[in-house]
Amino acid sequence: MAKDAPPRWDRRMQQRLARGEAAALGELYDRFASLVHGLAYRVLGDERAADKITREVFGYIWENPDAYDPKQGSLRAWVARIAQGQAVARLRQTELGRGSREELEQKVRMAQAAARADYIVTSMPAPLRAALELAYFQRRDYRQAAADLGVTEDEARRRLRLGLQLLSTAYALAGEGTSPPGWGTAR
Amino acid sequence: MNGNGNAHHPGDGDGPGPVAPRIPAPRGAADDLGPGAAPARPEPGAHTGRPTDAHEEPSEEPPVGPASGPDHGPGSAPPSEPRSHAVLKSLLGAWALAACSAEETEAVEEHLTECAGCAEEALRLREAVSLLHPDENLDLDPLLRTRVLEGCLVRRPARIPVPLWAAPYDTETARLDALLQDFGDAEWHAPVRLKWFEDTGQQSRRTTVAGVIAHLMAVDGMVAAVLGLDDPLGPDAGAGGPHSRTERFWAASADPVTRRVREPWREQSHTLLRTVSFAGRAADTLTVDYGPVALPLADAFLERAFECWVHAGDIADAVDYPYDPPSGVHMHAMIDLAARLLPGVLAGRRRAGLAAPAQGLVAAGAPGRTLRLEIEGAGRGSWDIALDSPAAATSADHTVAEIALDAAEFCRLAAGHIAPDEAAAGQHGDREAIRDVLFAAASLSRL
Repeated sequence: MAKDAPPRWDRRMQQRLARGEAAALGELYDRFASLVHGLAYRVLGDERAADKITREVFGYIWENPDAYDPKQGSLRAWVARIAQGQAVARLRQTELGRGSREELEQKVRMAQAAARADYIVTSMPAPLRAALELAYFQRRDYRQAAADLGVTEDEARRRLRLGLQLLSTAYALAGEGTSPPGWGTAR
Repeated sequence: MNGNGNAHHPGDGDGPGPVAPRIPAPRGAADDLGPGAAPARPEPGAHTGRPTDAHEEPSEEPPVGPASGPDHGPGSAPPSEPRSHAVLKSLLGAWALAACSAEETEAVEEHLTECAGCAEEALRLREAVSLLHPDENLDLDPLLRTRVLEGCLVRRPARIPVPLWAAPYDTETARLDALLQDFGDAEWHAPVRLKWFEDTGQQSRRTTVAGVIAHLMAVDGMVAAVLGLDDPLGPDAGAGGPHSRTERFWAASADPVTRRVREPWREQSHTLLRTVSFAGRAADTLTVDYGPVALPLADAFLERAFECWVHAGDIADAVDYPYDPPSGVHMHAMIDLAARLLPGVLAGRRRAGLAAPAQGLVAAGAPGRTLRLEIEGAGRGSWDIALDSPAAATSADHTVAEIALDAAEFCRLAAGHIAPDEAAAGQHGDREAIRDVLFAAASLSRL
């Protein structure tokens, strides 16, 4: 739910966090905990580690609500960015010295692509997601998917292609800087 | 993605070996995970429209990657004959997912040998498919919420805390919401039989998972109304206890109640918590009138937390999920509330001729006959219940009976889920007093 929370919700949440409202922190957790935990788990593949990242991410946000700039995008995207940044930093830490530098970089790239892909899937418009779900997980061909979704076959093809195009951007960006400015580091 | 496994990967390498670059060319696509990117969700490269709306307008120019020429737009496929580049291109997504017919697959793959643009996109989409994976459905540990929030509050204490007495409600509503997270329509419409105890026997009412959430929302609404918030039953809801409110809310809701009830229920519970956080001392003077009893606001929150847990358990049973009891601390508070309510309920049952008469008048504050309630397990504790009058004091010297019960068993009893004479209770002493207290405990329940 609440994937499409209006920017107003984002700004208001930021204000409530800034003034130290514990109830707002609870709401923030309820909305984003599975996102944060899921991304961390995707990067680290370890539930305990993902729990820890979740604690760090919410701790960071609670201490630094002003670090969020609504002009730069949604709160959800910001939270995801922090989560991924922390998880990747942790991955680097744990993998350090376990292989060559190239192997480490490759691992980081793959983990980032996987995490971005997850984020893209959960954030893409519901109709695209539904089409992908039918075709990929339920093994429906695009004609069946069209019938299931009550759309034309053209439209079903379009949704599958567009959905995959969105998803493929996860790879395209995975190689870029791993800690963009403004992420901040949680203690 | 809530797929349930069965990830299949379209056979790699059985294509005609497209003449495409091995590494997909970087795209100029916006990605909101990228530094400084503004959009709230990823947008396709060349698509500058509104991504959310795109699907509603099939006629709109299809957004395509940079590889596309001026020839895009699937249009309607000709019934037969060689397909146009545009049609083949439109099939690339379905092809990458192995979701087109054998004949179409063949046509696409033939096209890939001669069209570098499509071959490049095909490779890119196939790679994207490998990023799809079934949702592992990793259920968040419900205890993680408490740990995370506590950790935060240590790092930076809240200036506006959630009152301590509202914590069980906060936790239980969050736990229930997490349970609902992955429910599909089948779960939302799973039948649930709500049970409670009235006077001398068990009552029940059939509804669905969604109906249970509507019930919780209707009764939480009584607390909302006391706090001056919107009543989910509308401004003219008027009087009425939990039962009649629930029936009215069900009658006024979509039939059957659907999953759409989740968000307003959750929003109301969040609003309640936010509101009491700001209420401060004013909250101490408010009471919620349930009809037979009026509870101070703090107790009403505890009662709502109890109900939330009980019904979450009903829901979990209905869909065959496990569901843990609340933490020992919260359970203790819930049992404490029940123990404090028991003398009043007992007196009410006595007036209705449902319990044995008091044995002699006890002046207010004077020690009267007492029953000792020993609760074991998480939430454990012992409580002295005044048997003769809510106003009487309890006293060790006047203890005539003792009941020992597991906390979970006591809660099942107080929720009306087990009959008083079936409760697995260790008993000792005055049998009539024991029976009366067990029946009074069951009578705490209602729809």
